[in-house]
Amino acid sequence: MRDFVNKEIKKIKPSGIRKFFDIAKEIDGAISLGVGEPDFDTPWHIREEGIYSLERGKTYYTSNAGLKDLRIEICNFMNRKYNISYEWNKNILVTVGGSEAIDMALRAMIDPGDEVIITTPCYVSYEPCATLAGGIVKTIPLKNENEFRLTKAELENAITPKSKILIMCFPNNPTGAIMEKKDLEEIKDVIIKHDLVVISDEIYSELTFGKNHISIASLPGMKERTIVINGFSKTYSMTGWRLGYACGPENIIFQMTKIHQFAIMCAPTNSQYAGVEALKNGDDDIIYMRDAYNERRRFVLKRLEEMGIPCFEPKGAFYVFPDIRGFGLSSEEFCLRLLKEEKVVVVPGNAFGESGEGFIRISYAYSIDDLKNALARVENFINNYLAK
Amino acid sequence: MENKNRERILKNLEFNSRIDLHDLAIMLNITEADLANEIADMEKEKIICGYPTLINWDNTDKEQVTALIEVKVTPQRGIGFDMLAERISRFNEVTSVYLMSGGFDFMVLIEGKSMKEVAKFVFDKLSALESILSTSTHFVLKKYKDHGVDLFTEKKDEREMVSA
Repeated sequence: MRDFVNKEIKKIKPSGIRKFFDIAKEIDGAISLGVGEPDFDTPWHIREEGIYSLERGKTYYTSNAGLKDLRIEICNFMNRKYNISYEWNKNILVTVGGSEAIDMALRAMIDPGDEVIITTPCYVSYEPCATLAGGIVKTIPLKNENEFRLTKAELENAITPKSKILIMCFPNNPTGAIMEKKDLEEIKDVIIKHDLVVISDEIYSELTFGKNHISIASLPGMKERTIVINGFSKTYSMTGWRLGYACGPENIIFQMTKIHQFAIMCAPTNSQYAGVEALKNGDDDIIYMRDAYNERRRFVLKRLEEMGIPCFEPKGAFYVFPDIRGFGLSSEEFCLRLLKEEKVVVVPGNAFGESGEGFIRISYAYSIDDLKNALARVENFINNYLAK
Repeated sequence: MENKNRERILKNLEFNSRIDLHDLAIMLNITEADLANEIADMEKEKIICGYPTLINWDNTDKEQVTALIEVKVTPQRGIGFDMLAERISRFNEVTSVYLMSGGFDFMVLIEGKSMKEVAKFVFDKLSALESILSTSTHFVLKKYKDHGVDLFTEKKDEREMVSA
């Protein structure tokens, strides 16, 4: 029998997070600081609206691009929060989570051989999706000393005549880094000069601490060359509902919608109804969760400082990305030993690209009690390690 | 101290009054001394009025019943409802007294050992007070949620280890 499997797919490595979690699952009684999703239940008024949609018999497909009401609310949200104006029937595609939107955007834009610039460390899907769409991936390893922000020089250095797309994600998973307005303005000129299009994954946009998120699409001249990816998973703690969206120029959204129509049909109908409620009446939920995350963030940073583990202060998402190079272990060795000796799960930084080597990702989407308990174990591990 | 911090102190204490103040100070990015002062101030200002523990007595061997009593009264000249509310509040059996809008005036929460004991309280003590026009007693059969705490469902982490 022939080997039926596509050769390109075989070359793609499974996610490094997956690999590590498979090991963790075998360890009895392990406690986790590894999960990359909120610990809050979806607020009840949002869930209730999803249930109500079922009761009303909303069990059919919606239009391919998503419910009109939802797209209108997405436009309102983008305008109210980030000062970008979109038209609901031209610039919005509702997707099955932000992940689908990323895939659709890449597939709609990449021609074979186009170079896709990806800042790393980053979420695990960008590179395989770009490769599968026929793109050539060029990574920019971001630096701890720059608080993992993308600089003008780094971007300039990565660009070749074949460069077409820049994928970036701020607030960032796994580093928690953000880009402020001045940072975005610096790279904006390079993007325009080299006529690039940006896929800006802003899924953590509502989780910034101290400063409000700025979308690169809100800068003059950028809306027409940016696909903003956002969604409900992180903002409203709705990961399981699988609901996201892309906002962008009409011609690109039109092509993305075409692929989405053939591949997916539409995002889950009941999730879309719940999404309308979230956008209309969920602003207080965001504040509630953000305040809680911020308190946990301060707690984790302080504990790391007490342990003597250096970590820049992340101002977004719900991760800290401490620097463990001082221990003389690779990220994977560090995480494996921590798991075996103290039964705590954290994710090795290299799961998010080579530039994550020497770092670990700690999620603080856990209660203070859980964090306290787990970090006490981390401290134990370090003290034992240093004593040897 | 800014109001925002006060609110966060209160929210955290309301959820868990046993929270370690050392931890809470870190979480709020203030010093432990400032936090202690702020809490002391709020105690003085009667913003923080106590630190009781939420107990589900149903899970103990202790026999206990809770009743809500709707009370209609004639307000007294010059002092309105306050004097009477204070009198009702003095009884040890009474755990809460609220002035209500709508069809009756006070909602009184009573805890007693038995229905009989509560009934005795209503007859002998409450109804006997002058200005009380009528009472209507409702016994609690089962408590599901109290002070924002779900007493029945155990919260467990449903999250799977996924690649996110």
